[in-house]
Amino acid sequence: MTLDVNITGFPLLSLITFLPTIGALFIILFINKEWENGVKWSALTVAVATFLLSLILPLTFDTKSAALQWVEKGEWINRFGIQFFLGVDGISLLLVLMTTFVTVICILSSWRDIQVKLKAYMVLFLLVETGALGVFLALDFFLFYIFWEVVLIPMVFIIGVWGSARRLYSAIKFFLFTFVGSLFMLLGILVLYFYHGKLTGVYTFDVTVLYLNPVAPRVQLWIFFAFFLGFAVKVPMFPLHTWLPDAHTEAPTAGSIFLAAVLLKLGTYGFVRFSLPLLPNATLTFSPWMIALSIFAILYGAYVTIAQTDMKKLIAYSSVSHMGFVMLGIFVLNLEGLKGGLLQMINHGISTGALFFLVGMIYERTHQRMIGDYSGLIKVVPVYAVFFLITLLSSMGMPVTNGFIGELYVLIGAFRAHWGFTIPAVIGILLGAVYLLWMFQRVFLGDLIYQGDSPLNDLDLREKVAMIPIIILVFWIGLYPSPFLKITDASLNNLVQTIEQNSKKSTLAAEPFAGHHERLAGFRHGSTPLAKGSDR
Amino acid sequence: MSISSLNINFSAVLPEIFLTAVALVVLCLDLILPKQHKSILGYLSILGLVLLLPIVVLSAGTSASFGGMVIADHFAAFFNIIFILAGIFTLMISMDYLKRIKSNSGEYYYIILFATVGMMVMASSNDLLNFYVGLELMALSFYILVALRIHERRSAEGALKYFILGALSSGILLYGISFAYGSSGTTNLLEISRQTGNISSRDSFLLLALALIVVGFSFKVALFPFHIWAPDAYEGAPTPVAALLSVGSKAAAFAVFIRVFIVAFPAFQPQWSKLLWVLSAATMVFGSVVAIAQKNMVRMLAYSSIAHAGVILIGLLVFNQSGVSGVLYYLLVYTFMNMGAFTVVTLCVSPNQKGEMIKDYKGLASHQPVVAFSLALFLLSLAGVPPTGGFIAKFIIFAAAIDAHYYWLAAIGVLSSGIALFFYAKVIFYMYMQESENGMEVPSVGLAYKLVFLLSAVGTIVLGVYPSPFLEIGVNAVKPFIP
Repeated sequence: MTLDVNITGFPLLSLITFLPTIGALFIILFINKEWENGVKWSALTVAVATFLLSLILPLTFDTKSAALQWVEKGEWINRFGIQFFLGVDGISLLLVLMTTFVTVICILSSWRDIQVKLKAYMVLFLLVETGALGVFLALDFFLFYIFWEVVLIPMVFIIGVWGSARRLYSAIKFFLFTFVGSLFMLLGILVLYFYHGKLTGVYTFDVTVLYLNPVAPRVQLWIFFAFFLGFAVKVPMFPLHTWLPDAHTEAPTAGSIFLAAVLLKLGTYGFVRFSLPLLPNATLTFSPWMIALSIFAILYGAYVTIAQTDMKKLIAYSSVSHMGFVMLGIFVLNLEGLKGGLLQMINHGISTGALFFLVGMIYERTHQRMIGDYSGLIKVVPVYAVFFLITLLSSMGMPVTNGFIGELYVLIGAFRAHWGFTIPAVIGILLGAVYLLWMFQRVFLGDLIYQGDSPLNDLDLREKVAMIPIIILVFWIGLYPSPFLKITDASLNNLVQTIEQNSKKSTLAAEPFAGHHERLAGFRHGSTPLAKGSDR
Repeated sequence: MSISSLNINFSAVLPEIFLTAVALVVLCLDLILPKQHKSILGYLSILGLVLLLPIVVLSAGTSASFGGMVIADHFAAFFNIIFILAGIFTLMISMDYLKRIKSNSGEYYYIILFATVGMMVMASSNDLLNFYVGLELMALSFYILVALRIHERRSAEGALKYFILGALSSGILLYGISFAYGSSGTTNLLEISRQTGNISSRDSFLLLALALIVVGFSFKVALFPFHIWAPDAYEGAPTPVAALLSVGSKAAAFAVFIRVFIVAFPAFQPQWSKLLWVLSAATMVFGSVVAIAQKNMVRMLAYSSIAHAGVILIGLLVFNQSGVSGVLYYLLVYTFMNMGAFTVVTLCVSPNQKGEMIKDYKGLASHQPVVAFSLALFLLSLAGVPPTGGFIAKFIIFAAAIDAHYYWLAAIGVLSSGIALFFYAKVIFYMYMQESENGMEVPSVGLAYKLVFLLSAVGTIVLGVYPSPFLEIGVNAVKPFIP
């Protein structure tokens, strides 16, 4: 991967990443916690400013180039070759935009939801944003890991302090799952670092350098497994997903939105950015297993979702199924699949985030979120019902909405890999229609049943202002997706090529003393020569 | 050996002489001062330690003197700074603590200074006998300090256990030293390494000596299964003393550990590193798992410190430069984060024993936000969560382990760190996410506490965000032993 030197020399990416932190410090130091409006408005200002700043990226982005843009590089810990290294390309750009966008929505959604310790809440939220942006922009593996963990602590607090009844259990479960997973990822990073160092003599965490020389295939398998533990917990993939329903259900509304929209993407992004190009042989070896797990997640997730009676939990479980789609798209390892996977990450962020927001709105009014508590709501809150329906259809993958485009690309990619993959995927989509429409029917249609005491008002201005951009995005991506796809084109093309080239290269690197022809032959027959590397 | 060949250079022991002098002055003043003015001794001791810092820095880097018994190299200076920091922090929090337990014993202060002298002698000794003298000075001081609240049953029990097991382990250590002397004919570390380079590593007496020395050390740094004294002693001791015990005495023992194994017995590396592998893995797992079950805050920290000793041991046994320098870095970070955590506990423990239990910390964040935030920071650092110093320290150690192909040990270490997160996070969750049950009365946070919080927090964060310069100092300190 080539580097596009940041011609302007302006540290835009650092500014985007750390603006929320600066804002958080400002709020800590200068705003009295009694002055709630001041806290809310300054947090919103910071979030909007970050979003506007991040809009510079797509406007200046060179879509024809796969190179990293707006690169910033500086030495940090020389002894280990650790750098402060940020850059953006077609893979991370959309995710960065989504993160800054979703944070604005999150802060708007917390306006009335959060009653206690508002200041601490807003500060933590801005810190989470910094962490997530850092993860998407960091190109030094060590720096990436730091940001990866920085996301964790504030999120744990958001769930644990402002969550609902079982918040403590959910927070600690979330904390343990992700922390243990990422520790193993750290081991994987270290193994990669030392093997790469021994292979090339260059000890570095710089991802662009690591891309050039993949390590021996047998070592890749172990590293892949370690990365898998870190990334798959976040996605979450099937056996590691059990923290998700708890965390999503118990978190406050904005916490659920951010978890669904951004946190889950950290995992899938990790696979695309690191596992695929750095461990091409292991990726090829494991891809059938990954596809199997993804397909299982699609079906199992959808199946479990149907049985849910709690609206929030229903949406939480639907994430398992939807993220299965993203993973399927990534691991069919072709351009269409990857493109669909990437777009689907954005779509899931928008749609599921919006669904959590909508459920949060009604929960805020009535403090009930069981499906059975409601019926015929469309008669009282028609605007709300329309917004809900559009979001739900987009989550289902209805044509003319964003979900359709993403799922279509994933299906094309899957079909190109093997036609058999598409059958369970399509069944998953159908099941998605079942649980979502069924929920809509039960909650909004039929005779009006609502037995709460609190008044059930339709959406106010703040909620409409927050929902309208989401609806615009739903139809924009649904009707005219090419600006979004174009951004990803060059980088994903490059990624597919890198995987292909690296998978050949690393086989050569496996046994430097073996005969050249034998090595090539070995690769063609799919056998991977064993590398020397023993454990004491 | 003539007198001139002894090469007596007093500047090599200047820090020790200075501190001993300060301690003796404090001792004499203690006889004169009336009871209500004993706190002057505390201020004087702190002043002495602060003045010692520049002396240590300036006198570092001299070559071996006193016939090769003492070597005041950068390695010793690094450890001396750790001891001095730990001593300063301990004294700062002790003054208020002593007032609260209504003790006005002046000997407390100078015994802490003598303990510090003992640690310093250990770190700069280049001879088995010299380090044994330092060890005994430190240990005897600690026996007295731990027994300070002797009228309490728990305290007496802890002190007695600590004394008996400490004496036993010193005996075992000395027994090992005598075998080493018998086989190699010298107690000088460099001479031993020269001798043992020739003797076949199957020499059973040397192996026996090594095993006994390992056992002796394992008692001192509290490795499983030689840890049993630690939780009781920590719990029984005055809380500031427990802090010094967990930071200072551990660091001193590791300093000697490094000197003895890396300088004197590098030829036996395959043997001792296998032994230490088992000890390290068992200690990490045992410490983390047992800490989960603890209800008492100090005992929890005691088991956590046992688990940390296991991690630090990895850096030693992998036998490479980055690992050994990682030990130094780890101990520096550990000084800040563990001292910080113990400071919070010292503040919260009241004479009526409220504040000792972990559940007493419930809801602390709502009425003491600064204290709760500090404790959360130190605990996260102990758990190894970035961007704190604890993470960088663990990172260096695990990186060294992987560099030396100790994959399984690194995996066990990582797993036990994951287990450890559970009990650290539990305290944080109690503080922030639960309501107070019995209303722990935390006294107002005095200036000394605030200063210790600030210094420890700054140390913990700076070592986590900008580790480069400190890392280089650590590497330079160990470069002479392990290029």
